[in-house]
Amino acid sequence: MSAEKLYLYPVWIRLWHLVNALFCLSLIMTGISMQFSNPLVPMIRFDIAVSIHNITGILLSINYIGFLLGNLFTGNGRNYKMAFPGLSTRLKSQFHYYIKGIFTGDLPPFPISIEKKFNPLQQFSYVVIMYVSVPVLLVTGWSLMYPEVIPTRFLSTSGLHLTDLLHILIGFIISLFMFVHIYFCTIGKTTVSNFMSIINGYHETH
Amino acid sequence: MNSSKVRPSWVVIVLIVFTIILISVSYSFDSKAIVPGGDTLKSTQKTNSKSFAEFKNAQENESCLKCHGQSKYSYENNESGKQVFKRMYSELILTRTIFYESNHRNFKCIDCHSEDYKTFPHAGNLRMASKPNCLDCHGGDEMYAKYHFENIEKEFQESVHSEKHSQDFTCWMCHNGHTYKINARTNENIKQTIIYDNAICLTCHGDITKYQLLTDKENPNLIKKHEWLPNQQLHFKSVRCIECHTKKINDSTLVGHNIRPKAEAVKKCEECHSSNSVLLAALYKYKIRETRNAKGFFTGIITSNSYVIGANRNYYLNLLSLIIVGFVVAGIVIHTVFRMLK
Repeated sequence: MSAEKLYLYPVWIRLWHLVNALFCLSLIMTGISMQFSNPLVPMIRFDIAVSIHNITGILLSINYIGFLLGNLFTGNGRNYKMAFPGLSTRLKSQFHYYIKGIFTGDLPPFPISIEKKFNPLQQFSYVVIMYVSVPVLLVTGWSLMYPEVIPTRFLSTSGLHLTDLLHILIGFIISLFMFVHIYFCTIGKTTVSNFMSIINGYHETH
Repeated sequence: MNSSKVRPSWVVIVLIVFTIILISVSYSFDSKAIVPGGDTLKSTQKTNSKSFAEFKNAQENESCLKCHGQSKYSYENNESGKQVFKRMYSELILTRTIFYESNHRNFKCIDCHSEDYKTFPHAGNLRMASKPNCLDCHGGDEMYAKYHFENIEKEFQESVHSEKHSQDFTCWMCHNGHTYKINARTNENIKQTIIYDNAICLTCHGDITKYQLLTDKENPNLIKKHEWLPNQQLHFKSVRCIECHTKKINDSTLVGHNIRPKAEAVKKCEECHSSNSVLLAALYKYKIRETRNAKGFFTGIITSNSYVIGANRNYYLNLLSLIIVGFVVAGIVIHTVFRMLK
């Protein structure tokens, strides 16, 4: 099969993705700095880290609204609609490709096309991150900025503590996702081709 | 046909969400219903309902309080024979309601003050007499052993208050023997304890006239000095000044008295927001232990190991997160190596 270029990422998605990536990087770095804060050896000075984290969090929320509206009005949202019947079989099949087929020269079980730009594992993880994790992260983040909205007691423990715990756990999961996401982007036609795709909009097939 | 079909999974999700909302609402109502300060309020009401005359020595104390109990007093001028009304100097006013709620409510005035005060006008030299300190009565007394007055004295001697102001700084600077009411041990409402204890610091640090009794320095602006603190207002409402400004409090004294210079104040978030918190060391340790006893082990574990604003130092959670990161990185490395070898 000859190499083919598919225009998968229109300008708004590329812009959104770039801004989202920068904000997430900033939030992860300031988050880690606050988590392990030590004024003697600060990664980022605490008060600065707090300000950057808060401001970037607010900007990320606005960017997220852009993502939701874009998906709603451009049809990009269909890429996130998962069909539940047979989901586990498709996930397993894609997983097997990544741990075995990819080394034995098998063709990808779900080749990327204009209609289906995500493979099942991608789709599943993107949905979990963008439609479950990020909303929880934003709600808990905003709550920590306005702690008076958090119930004092929740399930017989401090509402503030639970909110913070949830915020940090989700932040941790999204940080892990970032590593895996970047690594999986190296699995393209060439190591850099997928990175180029999100810059120029064209996906190169194998 | 399909649209009328409801997936069973949706029913389960709706039920779970509903249950969580219900539990959280019921807990928020519960916490309002058992306002821990209830006892204190009741005890105050009890004291108020008791007429002052019922207190031991109240009758005798009235001979002082008839003048010192309000903002004006009167006496008969022997020469003119007229009744003279004068304003009482504000620092010498002792409100009955406050005194009869204080720990020393059953004392006679002359237990601590000279008997010569019975004579009016009072002799000028009486005010030169030194005031008794806490240890003068409470030191070495078995009855008060649980309050550890000796420890408090020792901690105070090492404090910046003692170092900088030496003999001028007495217990009275913070604890007025006329109004002092034991609080941290008896009040179940942490917020009230915090307000009460912080008010003691603010008596001087929030009032230049009292602050400058001991120094000519400008009173530092506390809001500006604490600008670095995230959620400043919330911290001021929820944390006692002494939590960060005293050296490690030992468990026996609930209120630290070794106030340290500002350079030694707690500034690291994780010192409070972690399982080995300095807050847990004393007041909060006591309160959380009480909560754990009342609410069970599981809740206690969550409470003591939880963290706020990204300063968790829970050993096991940190270890777990490192292990997970390790697995992910190892997975990526192994996958990369296999891709290179294929």
